[in-house]
Amino acid sequence: MADFVMPSLGADMSAGTLAAWLKQPGDAVKRGDIVAVVHTDKADVEVEVFTSGVIERMLIEPGTEVPVGTPLAVIREEGVTAAPAAPAPVEPVPAVAVPAPVPPVATPSRSAPGVPPEHRLLISPSARELAHELGIEVGVLDGSGPGGRIQRRDVEALATAREAASKEVAPAAPPPTVPPLPTVPSAPPLSPAAERSAAMRRAIAASMSRSKREIPHFYLSQTIDMSRALAWLGQENLRRPVTERLLHGALLLKAVALALREVPELNATWEGDELVRRDDINVGVAIALRGGGLVAPALHHTDELTLEELMHALRDLVSRARAGSLRSSEMSGPTITVTSLGERGVESVFGVIFPPQVAIVGFGTLVERPWITEGQILPCPIVNASLSADHRVTDGHRASAFLAAVDRLLQEPEEL
Amino acid sequence: MTQEEIRQSVLQALSDIAPEVDLATFRTDLGLRDQLDIDSMDSLNFLIVVHEQLQVDIPEADWARLQSIDELVEYLRGRIST
Repeated sequence: MADFVMPSLGADMSAGTLAAWLKQPGDAVKRGDIVAVVHTDKADVEVEVFTSGVIERMLIEPGTEVPVGTPLAVIREEGVTAAPAAPAPVEPVPAVAVPAPVPPVATPSRSAPGVPPEHRLLISPSARELAHELGIEVGVLDGSGPGGRIQRRDVEALATAREAASKEVAPAAPPPTVPPLPTVPSAPPLSPAAERSAAMRRAIAASMSRSKREIPHFYLSQTIDMSRALAWLGQENLRRPVTERLLHGALLLKAVALALREVPELNATWEGDELVRRDDINVGVAIALRGGGLVAPALHHTDELTLEELMHALRDLVSRARAGSLRSSEMSGPTITVTSLGERGVESVFGVIFPPQVAIVGFGTLVERPWITEGQILPCPIVNASLSADHRVTDGHRASAFLAAVDRLLQEPEEL
Repeated sequence: MTQEEIRQSVLQALSDIAPEVDLATFRTDLGLRDQLDIDSMDSLNFLIVVHEQLQVDIPEADWARLQSIDELVEYLRGRIST
């Protein structure tokens, strides 16, 4: 059996409200299926399941607010018979099977000086994400992949083993019941829309305050000649039907994603007191919501998408963000964020980093300015690109290399 | 297709991409972008819905110079009748 738990959908999320079940007990589910909607301060999020099997029973009623990590339902995994009379025999479980709390400190080997962070713990990003979602400390995991790399299956195996071990220790224990969080004394009633807006502002305030309190930001900007990119884009769009048309924002996102390959320390998170580089480049896109507020869900594997794929994914993401149907993997997955206020005519934006990320890229509006080319002053479309970065993990030299890479990539749009 | 039918289709497309718009007070003779908080993605989605409803593909260059719904309806009437 596996628990389906309240996921963490952001660094500052401590609890969520189960808004609705989209499946019933007895329904078959496979990994990636959306099984529930969770209401957070920032959005209603469709939550995916990470285990294939059959939903055995629900543990939480819709409308209940519970802490992150709380089991919401039990899933009988594929190949497991329904409701066994006694706990099924399990394979010997490593010593870590008993869910002993692990202090959130780096192990000596992980903090060894002079060893690049990516060599301290080999773990795939998706495995790390799943471990985080399941409340498993990555340091206790054994990797079965090449070179001992920790894979998703290792996380799933440990989660299953812990579940089995906990039942073995206390077989008669009733299903976990979780007391609802204490409710706040009633305040003057707000309309649902006003309450959603206020909750979102509180969530943004908490995240941004934490960012400014904990992260030593530094800021760089670079003016980028967009004439080649826009000329190429214009020609491309001439031959495309409107349904396949590209926006220049897609080029900017792709350039950022490819530049991150060259400066990978910016594609990372700061956890505890160390930098954790991410293998997957999942660019978070800051999306303004109608009626106010902001979300920044991830475009997964941004660097691997063609411009067509990226554009389709971006359209889908923006539409769903504004319709309130984002998915849990999108909310928990960004490894960097891109924000643009160019639509409103702003020429430069210096963003505040979303913890635990370590950088945010800003783009201003496209604007024509005098530009000197080969000794001639010519009108030129330019865009201001900015980078706000965490000085704990990088410095101005590397950050400027990143912006230079974005600039260079945009000069060869056909290669994006 | 009559001009009024085109207008209704366009307004329906507008409602699709900006559900908060109050069509009773929306001015079709004034600038679309000045009245609504829409971005380039909204604009593209709007053009796609118009295309799906009226089978007209509006080039970027034409869209850039169309300011109001009235101008758009007039433009579409010319494209549909030709």
